[in-house]
Formats: sequence, structure tokens, C-alpha cells
Amino acid sequence: MSGHAGSKEVRKSYRTLSRWLETAPADLLQARSRQAELFFRRMGVTFAVYGDVESNERLIPFDVVPRIIGKSEWDELEKGLKQRVSAINAFLKDIYGPQECIRAGIVPAELIFTNPHYRPEMQGRRPPGDIWTHICGVDLVRTGEDGFVVLEDNCRTPSGVSYMLENREMMMRLFPDLFAEHRIRPVETYTDMLLASLRASAPEHAGADPNIVVLTPGPFNSAYYEHSFLADKLGVELVEGGDLFVNDDIVFMRTTEGPKRVDVIYRRIDDDWLDPLTFRPDSTVGVPGIMAAYAAGNVTLSNAVGTGVADDKAVYTYMPEIIRFFSGGDAILGNVPTWRCREPDALKEVLDKLPELVVKEVGGSGGYGMLVGPASTKAEIEDFRKKLIADPDDFIAQPTLALSTAPTLDSSGALSPRHVDLRPFVLSSPAGIRVAPGGLTRVALKQGSLVVNSSQGGGTKDTWVLDD
Amino acid sequence: MLSRTAESLYWTGRYMERADFLARILEAALRLAALPARDGAAATAWASAIASAGVSRQFAASARTPSEKSVREYLAFAPDNPSSIRACITAARTNARSVRTALTIELWEAINGAWNGLADHGEPTKRDDFVRFLEWVKNVSLAVEGASSRTMLRNDAYWFLRLGMAIERADNTARLLDVKYHLLLPAGERVGGQLDYFQWTTLLREVSALTAYRWVYRESVRPWLVADLMVLNRQMPRSLASCQGMIVSYLDRLATDYGRRGPAQRIASARLTRFNETNIEEIFQSGLHEYILSFLSENNALAAAVHDQYLV
Repeated sequence: MSGHAGSKEVRKSYRTLSRWLETAPADLLQARSRQAELFFRRMGVTFAVYGDVESNERLIPFDVVPRIIGKSEWDELEKGLKQRVSAINAFLKDIYGPQECIRAGIVPAELIFTNPHYRPEMQGRRPPGDIWTHICGVDLVRTGEDGFVVLEDNCRTPSGVSYMLENREMMMRLFPDLFAEHRIRPVETYTDMLLASLRASAPEHAGADPNIVVLTPGPFNSAYYEHSFLADKLGVELVEGGDLFVNDDIVFMRTTEGPKRVDVIYRRIDDDWLDPLTFRPDSTVGVPGIMAAYAAGNVTLSNAVGTGVADDKAVYTYMPEIIRFFSGGDAILGNVPTWRCREPDALKEVLDKLPELVVKEVGGSGGYGMLVGPASTKAEIEDFRKKLIADPDDFIAQPTLALSTAPTLDSSGALSPRHVDLRPFVLSSPAGIRVAPGGLTRVALKQGSLVVNSSQGGGTKDTWVLDD
Repeated sequence: MLSRTAESLYWTGRYMERADFLARILEAALRLAALPARDGAAATAWASAIASAGVSRQFAASARTPSEKSVREYLAFAPDNPSSIRACITAARTNARSVRTALTIELWEAINGAWNGLADHGEPTKRDDFVRFLEWVKNVSLAVEGASSRTMLRNDAYWFLRLGMAIERADNTARLLDVKYHLLLPAGERVGGQLDYFQWTTLLREVSALTAYRWVYRESVRPWLVADLMVLNRQMPRSLASCQGMIVSYLDRLATDYGRRGPAQRIASARLTRFNETNIEEIFQSGLHEYILSFLSENNALAAAVHDQYLV
């Protein structure tokens, strides 16, 4: 029922659940599923879909069958995540510092300096504790019996953590007896960990009680619910660009009692829109002058500016070498084998095998701008071939993975295998690095589909990490 | 607190209150239009609803003429009316959503539930369904007010929300009282006659004050006593004097919490003093309608002072 394609046996971590499901009434899952939807709607746990005029707020479909990860498996995963994210921070420190990894030939210089996410403004800057990506979401897939591989690193403003927390709340409400039968590690400590992490990353002047805020582009942003959710759980103000202003390189927020100094900004705005004086002048969601305050060391931005250079899909392909260079050991978590289409030999191979491969735009995200060879028509493949030949630098290609599946409630009310991925959240600060035991499991609800993005019909599941 | 947060709370309060008021105006119009009267009484009732809602100009500009159908649609649902019930609930919810973190779960669920309910109700065309819709709107405002008063901390978030409600309610009570001014008695009906009496009774009923009236005055319904109840009576929670009292007390709490008084506090207490010094005879002598007009403009001036002092 669960596991790698082809295996018949129930995974050990799923055995209790499997027994429980056998004795549960036939329509129980469907009833709970309806209950969950009703509740999410009442709470307004929604996301906005750009260009969807009909309903600009939608629920992400929630699947009531949990995704379960065993203890030993998680322990290994956690080690791998810490190693990877530590290496990413070291890599960013190096790129914006001495650039030893470029001199050592680990990554090609042009890949960094022509990268649209490389920020020359950050060259020579050192954020507190040399932490660049305070919050990192690493997308993983299981491709075989043992362990996971990394599909993508998200080092800029990864989203989805509110679903990790809300899904757990929902499951505890819907299936209290299931929780009694499992020993599941709690995820609700995430916001405490995040708060501690942000505090530890504050500039020195801020003292023991820094003023932390969450900066959102506003209610029309697709992840706005998450921004407000996090501010609420952290107990800090949710601000928009217009609530902040900079005076003498110090950031203030406008309050009913006058201006108040801000020390740490957990910003959910991309670099491009952060400061119209430095980046895009047409940004109306940013704060003029905030980069000057940042450069003066008067405020911490979390994540730092310029981290996008580490999660770009082209740099991704060098990650095993980057990890070895900075950690001195082999990467515990592997990459998906990837062809860099910028290399002529690789391009040739990719063009030969195009119908079998997944091809992604280097700067793309959200499952857009990609080709899934086996699921595409001849015409689509030929169209893509032209794009690829015209701009090989813009693409990477990967084999179509035999992604693992997890049991999922289908529209007929039966359990069916559906492809899943996993995004755990890794928090880094000068005080250390921590991983919340769980993550966001995204599931492709359409039979056979490999695309799990919520903007394209994906759903989510609660993710259980067992403690025994 | 962020100025923007205060502003959103304040407008959440105002919009929810206004939605309730519009429902009450429409109920009043339905009743008044159903009174036995000569030709034209029904049309007058619907025109008066538009006038009381303060949207006569916009209504006329939209090329509509007052009828039950057009007024119901305009005040409750019309997409081109930024002050329809639907627009108010949507605006209240948009404001609330942008300050989700300043609200309790109960309050957010009440407001978000109202917004979800709009879709469930659709645009009822049958009169029965429409009356049920209006009932629902009034219940929504009870739920919102109840959730806020039962679950929110007594801090600035609460004072700004309530301040918005109180300022809007003062405005609305004044306008509701003015309905009577716009309700011309058709030829052949006399002042103090049966239709006149029914009109005043309906107004009282719409602010849930008919029983209160009998308890307070122990008399049949008389215009100056209705005005006394709705303008000066401090026991009546919707009276202008009560609203003014609430406004003063919320502003005072803000001043205490923040340790600073400003123009808004000064304007509000000066007005409350004037309420204490006037009586209903004086008001009638200078004209109720004129009194209401000047009250409305003072209320706007106070709202502007609140805005300048706290919300920017």
C-alpha cells in the first residue's frame, strides 16, 4: 500500500495505521475529509492563485491520510539536512567573501557572477554570525528503499510551514485515537525555534529583547495567510512596506504611539522588491532605504539578501562538490542526477533522450516552465526542444524519477497511491542549526501526476516522524 | 500598535456596524411600504431608505428609480454601490484579514463566517428569503460584537474596533431618525394620524426600541418622545448621547494606555458636555432635521481627528 513502486509489503512505519484503517468504518475517512475542508474554510486557511479571477482565494486540498517517516530514517535525514544547510551558509559566506570555492574550481565563476540572484551589493558584507539562510526549505523525494534525494534547495523565502503546523492541528482534532496509538514527534515547537533563531540573529545593539517583525507584501500575496499565521504564533507585528520607514539608516515602524525601532525583519518579500532605491524602482511593497540600514548593520534581514545564488537550479548541480568542499565529507543527501544543458555534451544527450526526461528552467519555480517528457505530447516535446536549443544555459534536465507514493484518499473514497515529496524546514542562527521533526508533504492528487505544486492541483498531508 | 493595524480594526468596526444599519433600514422600508396607505406611499418608503442610507446622489447617478426591487438590490448587493451590505461585509473582512493577528480566533471566525455566508445566501429575490437574509445580517453583527466583547483583551486593539463601531453607530442612528423627515405624508394623511403613528412605531421597532420606549415613557408613541429616546436618552444603547458616551470612554482608555490626550479626546468630551446641557424642546425648536445634519457633520469632524491622531 505504501512504498516504492512495485513493493507489496506495508512499510514498518505504516503498520499501526494500516491495522487501524482496516477496522475503521468504510466512510470514516471521507467524513473526516469533509470536516477538515469545512474547518479550513471557516478559519480562512487559503492561498491566492494568481490570474484566477473566479475565486482569488482557494483552499489547498488536504489529504487526511498521514505520511509517516520512521525514527532511524528521520535521524539520517536530519543529519543530511544539517550538513547541507551548513554548507549552503558557508558557501554564501564564501561567495560574498573570499570566493575560495571559485578559485578552487568548485563552481564556475560565470555561473555566480552572471546569476540574476547574485547581489553585488552584498559583496564583503557579513550578517551576524555569518548566517545567510536562516530559514531553508529543502525539497526531497524518495526514489528507493533507502533514503531521500534533494530535488531543490529553497534558501530565499521558502513557504509552506504554516501548512505543516495547521495540518498537524487538524489531524489531532480529527483522529485523536490515532495519535494515542503512535508516538509522533511534535512540530508545534517550530515557532519557538524560529523565534529563538531570529532573536539570536539580531544585530548586537538590539540587546536581549530585539524588536522583530514579519514583512509581507500584503493580503493579495499568495502566501499571506502564512505570513499572518507566523506573525501571530511568533507574537510579533506583521508589517507591510508602508508601515516601515528609514531615518538615518535606522528602520522604524509607524505605530499609534509614534515611531518604534525595528531590529530583525523576517521578510517574505523577494530581494527584487525589497528596496526601490537599490533594486526595482517600481516596487511599492518595499521600504526605501532599507538596504542602507542593512549595510550599516542596523537591522538583520532574514533571510539575508543574495541567498538566491545558492538555490538556483544550475548551482544545485554543483551542490555535492560544494558540500564536500565546505564540510570535508561526502554529501549524506544526494542530488537527483542532473544534466547541465550549458555543457555541450550534456545538451546533446538531453536532446537525444528528451521524451524520457524532465527539463526545468534554471530560474523557474512553482512547477511552471518545465517539461515532463513522458507526460507530454510529441508537439509539446518538439516545442520545448526549440526552446532548449535556443537557450541551453537556461535549462537543466533530470531523469523522470520513479517517485515514491503514499496512500491517499482518492475521489471515489478509496485509498490509492499518489506521488509525494517532502519539504522539511531547517533553521540556522549563530546559536546553531535545527530541523523541525516533520515538514510539508505535498501530494500530486491526480493519478500518475508528478507535479505536487499547490498552484497546479497538488495537495498536502500531515507528516509524522515517529519517535520509536 | 501599528497605525495600519489600528486603522483596519477601526474600519472593521465601522463596516460591520454599517452592514447592520443597512439591514435595519431595509427592514423598515419593507414594513413602511406595506402600511395601508394611498398611492405613492410605498415608493416614498423606498426613496426614504435611499435617503437615510446617505446614498441619494449615487443612487440617482446610477440611473435607477426607487422601487422595492431597485432599492433592495442597490442597498444589499449592487456591485456598483461601495456601501451595500455585501460591500460592507466584504470590506470588514478584508480589513480584518489584513490584521488577522490582532483578532481573536472567535472574532475572526465570526467575520470570516459572515463573508462566507454572503455566498451561501446569494441574492434572494423572494421577499421571504430577503427578510431572512436581513435577519442573518443582524445576527452577524450580534456575533461579531459578542465575539469581540467576550474574547478580546481590553487593549488598544479592542478600543479601536469599538471606537469604529461607536462612531458609525452614532452616524447611523442620526440617519435613521432622519428617515422620518424624508417620509412625506401623502395628501389626505394628517400629522398625528394613523400613518404618521405607524411610521414612528416602525422606526422604533427597527432599532429594537419599541418595548424600551413603552418602559421609559409609558405613553403611546409621540414624535418628540421618540426623538428624546434616540437622541438624548442615556439608557438607550443606540441613542446619540449613548454613542457619544462610548466614544468618549474608548478615547479616554486610549489616552490612558498611551499616556497622552490629543485633539480627538478634546473634541469628543466637548460634544458630550453639550449633550448634557441640551433638551428635546430646544432641539425641536431649532428643527430636528437641522440638528441631525449638524450632528452628522460634527461626527465626521471627530472621525477625521481620530484618523489624524492615530491612524496615519
